[in-house]
Amino acid sequence: MKLGKSVREAFGLALAQLGEADPNIVVVDGDVHNSTRTDYFAKKFPERFFNVGIAESNMVGIAGGLASSGKRVWAASFAAFIMCNAYDQLRMSVAFPGLDVKVVGTHAGISIGEDGPSQMGIEDVSLACSLPGFTVVVPADEPSTYKAVQALASIRTPAYLRAGRPNVPVVYENGCDFHLGKAIMLRPGKDVTLIANGLLVAAALEAADQLKGKGIDARVLDMHTVKPLDDAAVLAAARENGRIVVAEEHLLHGGLGSAVALSAGRQHPVPMRFVALVDTFAESGKPEELLAKYGLTAKEIVKAALSLN
Amino acid sequence: MTTATRADLNVKELESRAKSIRRSIVESTTAAGSGHPTSSLSGVEIATALYFAGVLRYDPKKPRWPERDRFILSKGHGAPLLYAALAEAGYFPKSDLLTLRKLGSPLEGHPNMRRLPGVEASTGSLGQGLSIGIGVALAARLDNLDARVYVMTGDGEIDQGQVWEAVMAAHKFKLDNLTLIVDQNGYQQTGATAEVLDLKPLAPKFEAFGWCAQEINGHELSDVLAALEKARNTKGRPSAIVARTIKGYPIQEILGSDPNHHGKPLTKEEAAKALAILR
Repeated sequence: MKLGKSVREAFGLALAQLGEADPNIVVVDGDVHNSTRTDYFAKKFPERFFNVGIAESNMVGIAGGLASSGKRVWAASFAAFIMCNAYDQLRMSVAFPGLDVKVVGTHAGISIGEDGPSQMGIEDVSLACSLPGFTVVVPADEPSTYKAVQALASIRTPAYLRAGRPNVPVVYENGCDFHLGKAIMLRPGKDVTLIANGLLVAAALEAADQLKGKGIDARVLDMHTVKPLDDAAVLAAARENGRIVVAEEHLLHGGLGSAVALSAGRQHPVPMRFVALVDTFAESGKPEELLAKYGLTAKEIVKAALSLN
Repeated sequence: MTTATRADLNVKELESRAKSIRRSIVESTTAAGSGHPTSSLSGVEIATALYFAGVLRYDPKKPRWPERDRFILSKGHGAPLLYAALAEAGYFPKSDLLTLRKLGSPLEGHPNMRRLPGVEASTGSLGQGLSIGIGVALAARLDNLDARVYVMTGDGEIDQGQVWEAVMAAHKFKLDNLTLIVDQNGYQQTGATAEVLDLKPLAPKFEAFGWCAQEINGHELSDVLAALEKARNTKGRPSAIVARTIKGYPIQEILGSDPNHHGKPLTKEEAAKALAILR
């Protein structure tokens, strides 16, 4: 797979495009627009762009106010800051009134690397899923991010979009049939299902290749939407393959693995394994070093799949 | 689109509105058996001035009218005040006030904009209303509407850091269509604000942040109206009105030695005495 743009870069470019199509779209920023890449929007539409300073709580409250007046708001900051610093505001000024605010958390996961744990959003998906009425999307690459942004713009309810920092492999070289709440089957398979999102989708595909060499036919699902989850895809995986591995660049508790386990447990319980960050913060280091040290790799997905046999 | 205008303002009529709102606050919270009557009573003249003296432009028949002015009750525990004012203004029948806090009623313990027309923000987690107000004020500016936004906070609420983030942002955006009214009743849940976290000097703080700040007697209707008029005429910066009030006014005497009486409804006996005073 060739390396493409980062998800945050793709988000920023897609957002600037959206701004042209809909004059009601506005963006709020906590003084990180050159990191979240909302600067593309800001340059094109300065009158619809509000940098409120390093103040995520106020930023999210303002987003709620703009949305309650009919504006279609995108609020972007680092995942760690917008989700953790402004959680009460997301809860009370966005989720509870059910307003049209799209929350974007960039620099999510441990793959941000050297900046270290204070900057790494590792619990953001869990927090977003805990907001009633929120749609939660974790795109894998550049082409699917463009589609995700368009899909999120088409709904009038609140949502969270997770975006990583580094450039990532292009999973969808030939386009991507993206629908909110619908998993994408990247590879059919009958022995085990690998369910992943974000950065771990490319790793799951690599793992499927390695498993093939061991005589195991792995299905790979890109579960880009964590909420609402594609229960039908989970049920099919459980029924048809009987084994599921879930991989994500997020804490084990409350992320994609939890959502899939809940879905499988309710519908058709099968043995499962989880590749995730287990009850720990990470540390500073190169992204690939961190992913290896904390076990978020194709190799770990293969190990997990083999342990189910 | 209120019926009254400044010209035919009748202070007697406003006073009678204020009394009616106060009776509703006492009756609804006593019927509910819980709630924050004293926190609601301190803001009555402010709400009366906004809703019944031609300050707010609103239409109870078109609660989502885009050009309406907004009143955001950031101190969401003062919901009985907001509900009483909305009923008085004709958003819903006054008899609904007796459903306060009951299962199925849109008059929840704290305001829920999804359930009750006229409620402009869902509040109750303190400190968020001013930020919401900034968003509404910015949207009005983008849409070239001359709609004005009024936000009421408590004084204890100002402990929240988010309020000061918002104070700085409102100044940055030069929001002269935004007015903050602090219902400074001097008490918060566990005691006097001066003891819990002293805010003094409050009005100069707003001035230091670039706002136009006024200090008034929040129970003097003519003071409240003059301050709102000055706020409207202030250009290029937001306005803060620090309204000194009394928690539980004017029935605080019957609530015994506790001047705070926070989050406690009046008993039936206390309510009867209060209603006699408010006749």
